[in-house]
Amino acid sequence: MQELLTFTIIGLSTGAIYAVVASGLVVTYTTSGIFNLAHGATGMLAAFTYWQLRFDWDLPAPIALFLTLFVLAPLFGILTERVVMRGLQGTTEVVRLSVTVALFAFMIGLANWIWPSDSSREAFLKFFEGNSVAIGGINVSWHRIITFGCAILVAIVLRIVLYKTRMGVAMRAVVDDRSLTELNGARPDRVSMFAWAISASLAALAGILLAGEQQLNIEPLVLLVINAYAAAIIGRLKNLPLTFFGAALLGLLDAYYLAYSDSSWFPQSFFGFSLSGVRASIPTIILFVALLARPQSRLRAGVTRFREESRVPQWSTAILGAVTLITITIGISGMLTRANTLLLLNGFTFAIVALSLVPLTGYAGQMSLAPLTFAGLGAIAMAKLPGNGNLLTFVAAILIVAVVGAIVALPALRLTGIYLALSTAAFAVLVSKLVFNQRQTFQTGNIAVPVLDVPFVDIGSPRSRLILASVAFSILGLLVVSVRRSRLGRRFIALKDSPAAAATLGMNLTRTKVIAFAMSAGIGACAGALAGDKVSPQHYDFTQSLPVVLLAVVGGVGTVGGAFFGGILLGGNSILASVVPSLKNLAKVLPGTIGITLGRNPNGAALQTAESFRSLQSRWGLISFAGLGAIVIWALTAADVLSHWSFFVTGVVWFLAVTPNLAAIVDSTHRTRRNSTILYLAAGLVLCGGVDWSTALDVTGQRLVAVVILVAVIGLGAQRMIENEPRVHKDSPDVLGLDRSFTGEEIEQAERELRVSI
Amino acid sequence: MNQPILELRHIRAGYGAIEVMHDISFAIEPGQVVALLGPNGAGKSTTIKVVSGLLRPSSGQLVVAGRDVTGASADALSRAGVCTIPEGRGIFPNLTVRENLVMATFSGRSLEQIEHDAYRRFPRLAERRTQLAGTMSGGEQQMLSLARALAVDPAVLLIDELSMGLAPKIVSELYEQVARIASEGVSILVVEQFARTVLGVADWAIVMSHGVVQVSGPADEIGEEALTSAYLGDRSDP
Repeated sequence: MQELLTFTIIGLSTGAIYAVVASGLVVTYTTSGIFNLAHGATGMLAAFTYWQLRFDWDLPAPIALFLTLFVLAPLFGILTERVVMRGLQGTTEVVRLSVTVALFAFMIGLANWIWPSDSSREAFLKFFEGNSVAIGGINVSWHRIITFGCAILVAIVLRIVLYKTRMGVAMRAVVDDRSLTELNGARPDRVSMFAWAISASLAALAGILLAGEQQLNIEPLVLLVINAYAAAIIGRLKNLPLTFFGAALLGLLDAYYLAYSDSSWFPQSFFGFSLSGVRASIPTIILFVALLARPQSRLRAGVTRFREESRVPQWSTAILGAVTLITITIGISGMLTRANTLLLLNGFTFAIVALSLVPLTGYAGQMSLAPLTFAGLGAIAMAKLPGNGNLLTFVAAILIVAVVGAIVALPALRLTGIYLALSTAAFAVLVSKLVFNQRQTFQTGNIAVPVLDVPFVDIGSPRSRLILASVAFSILGLLVVSVRRSRLGRRFIALKDSPAAAATLGMNLTRTKVIAFAMSAGIGACAGALAGDKVSPQHYDFTQSLPVVLLAVVGGVGTVGGAFFGGILLGGNSILASVVPSLKNLAKVLPGTIGITLGRNPNGAALQTAESFRSLQSRWGLISFAGLGAIVIWALTAADVLSHWSFFVTGVVWFLAVTPNLAAIVDSTHRTRRNSTILYLAAGLVLCGGVDWSTALDVTGQRLVAVVILVAVIGLGAQRMIENEPRVHKDSPDVLGLDRSFTGEEIEQAERELRVSI
Repeated sequence: MNQPILELRHIRAGYGAIEVMHDISFAIEPGQVVALLGPNGAGKSTTIKVVSGLLRPSSGQLVVAGRDVTGASADALSRAGVCTIPEGRGIFPNLTVRENLVMATFSGRSLEQIEHDAYRRFPRLAERRTQLAGTMSGGEQQMLSLARALAVDPAVLLIDELSMGLAPKIVSELYEQVARIASEGVSILVVEQFARTVLGVADWAIVMSHGVVQVSGPADEIGEEALTSAYLGDRSDP
């Protein structure tokens, strides 16, 4: 009995922390419609900040608390809203969620950067560490009592703010109808800012309370948010009392499991499967159950207009792209060091995983946060199935995982948008906690995935594996393109654009969704099955999936090229980190930083790049000229005129800076402008080819940075020179006196002049 | 000189590359009720969006009480006395009736005043004070949006398709209220697709189609012919 009571108190105090986190989530979701995956990361960052102020700089606790909770955290929330979230109106759920993923990645990177984990640091003490009071014969620490107090206080304050103040009413009004709120004279932007400030404060409070219990560790603090998701979903993302109830339930379950799982009557294994991962997955299981218990969302009629565009890919472009990719890969694979080959191979693997999101997320509009989980399952299947990597094993592995994907899709079918995304996240966490940690799957922490046995070709060296990966990506890419151009692809698009319209036309939504999931799982499995090396479960963890999803969306998840771009970017980022230790910290925050800009350009980078090549469409003379230039550069390298690095720099500049401007140069009617542009580009190319970059800059990272700068300066410079019409910037018309409301005097005067009498 | 309370000067506006209003100009004198009529797609609702500040015109000027307010935001215009009842129901369905009135306090008037005025005119709203606005009948919801408009004591009132989805009897009741508001000297721009419901209330009528003003004149002089040609196309059209 005593034990039960003790664990009840432990459970309730953990639940109190969950409640504080979850209520912050609910506040931002109800006011901005954005489900903030980075909410836990905000709490983590705040806990570190508090530690810095309180324990490293020895400020008194009240001052440190005040600074963290009421100054820094709200400022951070306002900054987030202002810089990141405001640009997200009118974007799809996919983009909105990805931006919070980006924020998540950014904050983890930042924390790793500022507070590296290897430094031995001062302990994070509880409030009134060591003090406790006896309640009913049980010692309860003051920290726990404070935690309870905070949760109750948060509940009361939120209730008052949301229901009794005008700002709170406005916060809820914004969700109902943003433009009507504006028509009422409230400023929706300011209202959202306020909501984000409150939310960040709540995250900070929870982070500090939790760090007192569990010490400062990035991961548990960040994943704390998963427990909060479950609580928030129990509260249907809007009901605060239910959310608090869910949080208490989670805390109690966790504590009771901790208390009784060692008892003799408690099962330790289930049909030979170890149940050691169960405790960690309790919140996930509850999240899953709560999601499935949600009432089915009704199909909403009407077309939703998004800022994203989708174009049907052309066969000619697709085949040209595939051939170019394979040719370039073969061409440069001979020049790479072994380490760089492996890193590029990694990039290709990510690209295939990102590609698995194209039919599912890009076409069918279904968000998945678990792409790497399927890759992991593919790797296991490839390693465990008999045949030691022959083609039949490969196909069988893909099929098995595709079936798993379809089965996973079944319970998730009734969910849409954010709920679907969360259920895939729950699936990913469950698989890594319950499947990947089994002795049967990864015995010694890793397994060897056999190399694919392609008939007549010997594949073993990293170089041949790299070429194989490029071929695999090309084939899968063409497959995805063919799907997009088929009846099935049109069904996917219909599912995304208007499920209601698709259903009234007699389309089976369920079947279409299941096919999309199975296809995505199958492509993901390819990435795992092609690993051809030792892999460990960490590679396929949920937290690893997030950057892949993020960069796929950044690249442009609606196109094959976007998936490639995203994958290579992620691979390139690890190249950056490994070869330039000084840039390691930059590499940590880079994916997040790129993703945060998504709101400005929701179509992804690949489409934007493709847009610049649009001017070349069906102008075969110019295209051959571009190809000829590439051959010349390659020939110069083969004849040892150019060094390998100069080849790389010149090639990239030729493609990304010179080629997009060709059409404009040819079309220009302004003679001197045309000549000066040609001269400028030629000078740029000579600079790129003439300098021996391998000696001029001695670090790979510096060379990569140089490439980016050269492309930007040469490409954009030429574009500005050749542009025929100077851009006109219209000044905004003046808004006389409307930044404030009229004063009584002014109204009186106006009424006198207007001869209106009231 | 009698200055118009609201004036559009050569306004062009649209969505993206598509222009919906082609060079629209008209003015509303103080105390006047102007009906803006026209078939679907004539540009009526876009006109309301421009005047209320939700849509920025691509060229032209919007003048309120002699001040150029082109490009001012909707919330600024609202606080300056331009009150809008948008298409559909101009209420927040998930807020209670009282909370909907709280939202009206952004205009600068106190909640007591607003509640007093609203409940005096629509006693039924007082009964439903704590009810969620979205659970009321369509007519009651429009009463609430009218109550808000009245309570903030606007200089100009913009009404977009008050009749949408309501029974004719309720529509005529609502327009009686509009007439009463007008009799208190508030200038009103009212957009309607169904001309007859509104012509009884209006002093002046403007008939739009295809984004241009076709006819404009005193409400009782707008003949059947002008309306028919605007709605069904001109007979002289090829």
